[in-house]
Amino acid sequence: MSKQVELNIKVPSQTRYLAMIGQIGESLAFSLNNYQGNRRELAYHLNLCLTEGLTNAICHGNNSDPDKDVHITILASDDILKIRIYDQGPGFDISARRKTKAHPCDEGGRGINIILKLMDEVKYVQEDGVNVLEMTKSLH
Amino acid sequence: MQLQINEKEETVIITVEEERMDAHNSGNLKERMLQLFDEGKYQLVIDLTTVRFIDSSGLGALVSGFKNASARDGSLKLCCLQPQVRSMFELTRLHRVFEIFTTLEEALDSES
Repeated sequence: MSKQVELNIKVPSQTRYLAMIGQIGESLAFSLNNYQGNRRELAYHLNLCLTEGLTNAICHGNNSDPDKDVHITILASDDILKIRIYDQGPGFDISARRKTKAHPCDEGGRGINIILKLMDEVKYVQEDGVNVLEMTKSLH
Repeated sequence: MQLQINEKEETVIITVEEERMDAHNSGNLKERMLQLFDEGKYQLVIDLTTVRFIDSSGLGALVSGFKNASARDGSLKLCCLQPQVRSMFELTRLHRVFEIFTTLEEALDSES
C-alpha cells in the first residue's frame, strides 16, 4: 500500500466547520493519483460522508460543546481511502443502525445509513476511551 | 441560511440561496417554514436551483416541512434540483415522497 496523503485535522465541535471539512474531502478526490473512477461522484460522496460523520460527532458525540474538539484523520493510498472521526460521547450501536432504515417520513436517522451505503467498510469502535467512526472506501 | 421568499397567489416560493444545506443551516429553513404555517400559508414550493450539496439534515428539514404542510392539507413541492441533489433523494428513496419538478413554472402549474 503506497501512501499518498495523510491529513490530521482538529476542529471545535461546531457545525460551522462542516463545509470546510467537506470541501477537503472534495479536493482530495480531485487530487488522488491513478483514480480511474468518477471523480465528481467520489468528491460528492467524500464531502457527504465527512459531513455526516462530523455532524454525528459534533451533535451527538460531543453534544455541540465547542470546548471539545473533533479529531479527523484521512489516509489515502493508491488502493484505499480511510477516514477516522473521533468523538468523546456515549457512543451508539452501529450494528443496530445497519438493521434499521429511516421511515420515509422520519426527519432524522438517515446520516449513518447514508455512510453505510456509500462506504465499503464502516466501523464504530472504542479506542482508549474515545469513539472512532472508521470509514473505508476502495479506490479501485 | 439565505432564503428568498416570494408569493404567487396562494403559493409561497422559498428560494434557497445557498450552495450547501447541512446541519449548520437547515434549521433556519425549518423555522421559516413553521413561521409560514403559523401565518396560514400551507402551499409551498422550494426552489433548490443554487443548492449543490444536501446532507441528511437538509433532507430532514424538507421532510419536516412536507409533514407539516400535509398535516394542514397543504403541499410542499420541490423544483430545480441539481443532479447530485436529485441523487440524494434517490439514495434515501425520498423521491417517492416528494413531488419534484424540473422548473419552477411546472411546480406552480401543477395541481396540489
